[in-house]
Amino acid sequence: MEIIFQTWPWYISGFLIGMIMLALTYFGKAFGMSSNLRSLCAMSGLGKKVSFFNFDWKSQRWNLVVVLGAMLGGFVAVQFMSDPSNVSLNPATVMQLEQMGIDAPNGKLMPAALFGSDAIANPATLILLVVGGILIGFGSRYAGGCTSGHAISGLSNLQIPSLKAVIGFFIGGLLMAHFILPYLLS
Amino acid sequence: MKNIIKYLLVGFVFGIVLTKSEAVSWYRIYEMFQFQSFHMFGIITVAIVTGVIGLQLIKRFNVKDSSGAAINIPDKEKGNARYWIGGLIFGLGWALVGSCPGPIFILIGAGFWSVLIVLFGALLGTFLYGVVRSKLPH
Repeated sequence: MEIIFQTWPWYISGFLIGMIMLALTYFGKAFGMSSNLRSLCAMSGLGKKVSFFNFDWKSQRWNLVVVLGAMLGGFVAVQFMSDPSNVSLNPATVMQLEQMGIDAPNGKLMPAALFGSDAIANPATLILLVVGGILIGFGSRYAGGCTSGHAISGLSNLQIPSLKAVIGFFIGGLLMAHFILPYLLS
Repeated sequence: MKNIIKYLLVGFVFGIVLTKSEAVSWYRIYEMFQFQSFHMFGIITVAIVTGVIGLQLIKRFNVKDSSGAAINIPDKEKGNARYWIGGLIFGLGWALVGSCPGPIFILIGAGFWSVLIVLFGALLGTFLYGVVRSKLPH
């Protein structure tokens, strides 16, 4: 029973994520989460103004149902399957974060210093979250996929373009985590 | 209706796995980019290895999809600029807010309301790409 509340080990989690991609392949679909952002833009009628959103988003409704399921899964996992022992980071990471003013996890998934209600009342944090979102939305559409579409689906199918994108993900991520984020938080 | 339940269930498992593995956690993404834990690298590697083996088996044995049609996974378009530059832009955002598109939705479902701000940004970014797409190198 303990496994329900503990952090799931990487080998079980990774295997299940691979199986989710394979399940969608078996259903004749492609595993990719960022496409939903384009569908949501199309749903809101932006296709009349921008041709990129003028496509048959209804054919992508299945993916929006996957998203709905994922949201339910997140709810159940946080409400009924969490434990104060969760998110036990490397102590070195916790110390580094503390020096940048980021609170230790102590079982929670997200730092209050960035996502708490006090934090988002601060315009600087608000801008940080919006800009982060813009980079994610713009970058994933430009690259034609995100972690699910390129790192999992694409690399599983041995696609060189996906390898380029994933290397790009890590170059961008390392630049942010090592040079830009410490500057922004100081 | 059967289809809706099928996709809802796949998504449900995905949401639980990403939350219980803590791949949705800002902390885990930060720790990964600091190379201070194997956890996230392990998850991604095992997912890809599982995927490679599964797709090879599907191809080798000509497995049909659930509707009986041949499974055809299209190759990604060739290109350079879009993958390198787009990938780099995505990575900057990934490490800044600690979540990629899947986790953004999962976290909102889990009740982290401030992530709605990230979703708003992500929709705006997607929209901006749609607007300037024809002017960008791909």
